Amino acid sequence: MLQQIIQTLPQVLVDGLTLGFIYAVVAIGYTMVYGILELINFAHGDIFMTGSFVGAGMLFFLLSIGFMSSVPSLILFIIIILVAAIVTGVLGVGIERVAYRPLRRKNAPKLIALITSIGISFILEDAVRFIAELKTGNYILTAPPMFQHRFVLNVHSVFPFFNNATFQSSFLVVSIVTIIMLISLDIFVNRTKWGMAMRAVAQDRETASLMSINVNRVISVTFFIGSALGGATGVLFLIQYGTIDPYIGFILGIKAFTAAVLGGIGNIRGAMFGGILLGVLEMFAAANLSIITNNAMDSGYKDVFAFIILILVLIFKPEGLFGKAAVEKV
Amino acid sequence: MADELSKHFLELTHIESFYGKIQALQGVNLYVDKGEIVTLIGSNGAGKSTTLKSISGQVTPKTGSILFDGKDITKNPTHVNAHLGIAQVPEGRRIFPRLSVRENLQIGAFAERSKSIIAERMERVFGYFPRLKERLEQKGGTMSGGEQQMLAIGRALMMKPKLLMLDEPSMGLAPIIVEQIFDIIKEMNKEGMTILLVEQNAFQALQLADRGYVIQTGNIVLEGPCSELLTNQQVREAYLA
Repeated sequence: MLQQIIQTLPQVLVDGLTLGFIYAVVAIGYTMVYGILELINFAHGDIFMTGSFVGAGMLFFLLSIGFMSSVPSLILFIIIILVAAIVTGVLGVGIERVAYRPLRRKNAPKLIALITSIGISFILEDAVRFIAELKTGNYILTAPPMFQHRFVLNVHSVFPFFNNATFQSSFLVVSIVTIIMLISLDIFVNRTKWGMAMRAVAQDRETASLMSINVNRVISVTFFIGSALGGATGVLFLIQYGTIDPYIGFILGIKAFTAAVLGGIGNIRGAMFGGILLGVLEMFAAANLSIITNNAMDSGYKDVFAFIILILVLIFKPEGLFGKAAVEKV
Repeated sequence: MADELSKHFLELTHIESFYGKIQALQGVNLYVDKGEIVTLIGSNGAGKSTTLKSISGQVTPKTGSILFDGKDITKNPTHVNAHLGIAQVPEGRRIFPRLSVRENLQIGAFAERSKSIIAERMERVFGYFPRLKERLEQKGGTMSGGEQQMLAIGRALMMKPKLLMLDEPSMGLAPIIVEQIFDIIKEMNKEGMTILLVEQNAFQALQLADRGYVIQTGNIVLEGPCSELLTNQQVREAYLA
C-alpha cells in the first residue's frame, strides 16, 4: 500500500501544486478583504469565475477576428489575462462602492455585509450565465485548447521508487504566473508605501485616517488588487482545465476561503501557504483515498479529506497555521 | 469668508456632537492661538476626547462650526484635516502593533513624497526621543507604554503638523515618564508648535499650559489663564484635590 502511495507522489505533487497555486491566489482575495474589513466577501469566488468568462470571451473574440493565426499563443494569453484582471479589478471596486461602502457608512452590523456578499455572488452567477447563454446558447463553455504540449517528468530513472509524472505546458504557465503574482503582491504589501498603508488600515482604521490616509481609497485599492488577482486566476483555471460554467466560483471559492482560514485569515503569506497545502492534500486524497480505505471511499471523497484536515488544524490551532491576529486586533 | 471670521488659529463655535443618540458635546466654544499650549481638563466622560475627535474629524459635529487656519473644517473627513496640518495623538496611543517602529514613523509622513524630507523629520523625532532610534526594527506592539507614547508623539510629528493635539498622554505611565513627556511637550512648544492638550492629570496640565478650559458633561464651565485656574476654588476642589 505504502509503495503504491509513494509511486504516485510525483504526479500528486504536480497536480496538487497546480490546484494549490489557484487556491492560493484566490485565497489572498479573501484574506486581504477580511484583514481590512473583517468581511468574508463571498462574492470573491464569483469574481474568479467572472474572470474566467471574460478570458474565454476575449479568447473567442480574438479568434473570431483571426488574431490567433498570426500571434503566438503566449502573447494571446498575456492579453486575455491582463484584460480579465483589469475587468474583474474594476468590477470588485464597483461592488465595494455600490454594495459594501454604503453599509459601512451606516455602521451596519457585519452580518448584513456578509448576507449582501452572498447576494452579490448570486447576481454575478446569474448575470454571467445570462450573458453566456445569450452569446453562445450555452452557459457551459469549453475554451479552445492552449498550452497542451505534454511533458514527462522522468523521475523514475533517478528515484526508482517513484513513477514518472506527466504535465502539460499549461502547468508551467499556471505555476509561473501564480508565482509572479504571489511574489509581486508580497513585495507590494511589505515594501511599498501603499502596502504599508494597507497594513495600517487593517490594524487600526481610525488611527490610519489620522495619518492622512484616505481609508476608502485604501479599501478600493485592496478590492482592485484582490479581484484582479482572482480574475487573472480564473483565466489560469480556464487554460488548465478547459471547461468553465458560472458555478465554478462557488465550490472553488469555499475551498480558497478554507485555505485562507487554514493559513490564518487576514495573513497574506498564510493564505498562500494554506492554498498550496490544500491543493496538494486534495490531490493526495484523490489519488490515494481508495487505496487507503480499501476501496470503501473513492476519489470523490477528496473534499471530505481536505475539510477534515482543516477541522483538525482548527481544533488545535484555532487561529490557523500562521494566524495571530485574534489577540492583537483591538 | 472664513478668513474674516476667525481671529484665532483654531476656533470652535457652539459645537454639538453625538454618538448615535447620546449627546456628548452640548455647545462647546473654544479657541487656540498660534504658539499657545491650551489644555482641556475634566473628568472621565466629560467630553474631552470627543472635543478632539470633533476637531480631527473622527466625529462629525451636528451643529456649530470649526475654523482652522482660516478654513471651515467642520464637516471634513479625518484624512483631509490631517493633510491640513492637524495631528492627533489618540487616547491609548494606538500604535500600529504589527508595523515596525520605523514604519510607524514613516506612516506619519504618509502625505509627504520626498524621501529626504521624511528622513529629515525622522532625525528631528530622534532628537526628541533618542530611544526610538535604537528600536527602529522592533514591532510597535512589543514596546513599553512609555516608549509607545513617545512613538505616538513621534509619529504625529512626522506629519509636520501645524496643530498638535494630545489625548491623555500621561495615561498609564509612571510619573517619571510623564515628566519626561511633559518636558518634551514644553520643548516642542518653545520651538513654535501649537498644542492642544487633553488631560485628566489636571495639575500637571495646568502647570504646563498657557490657558485652560474645564469641561463638564459636554459644556465648558470655566476658562482662563492657567495661573488663574490653578488658584480657582472650584477647580481646586474638583480636580486638584
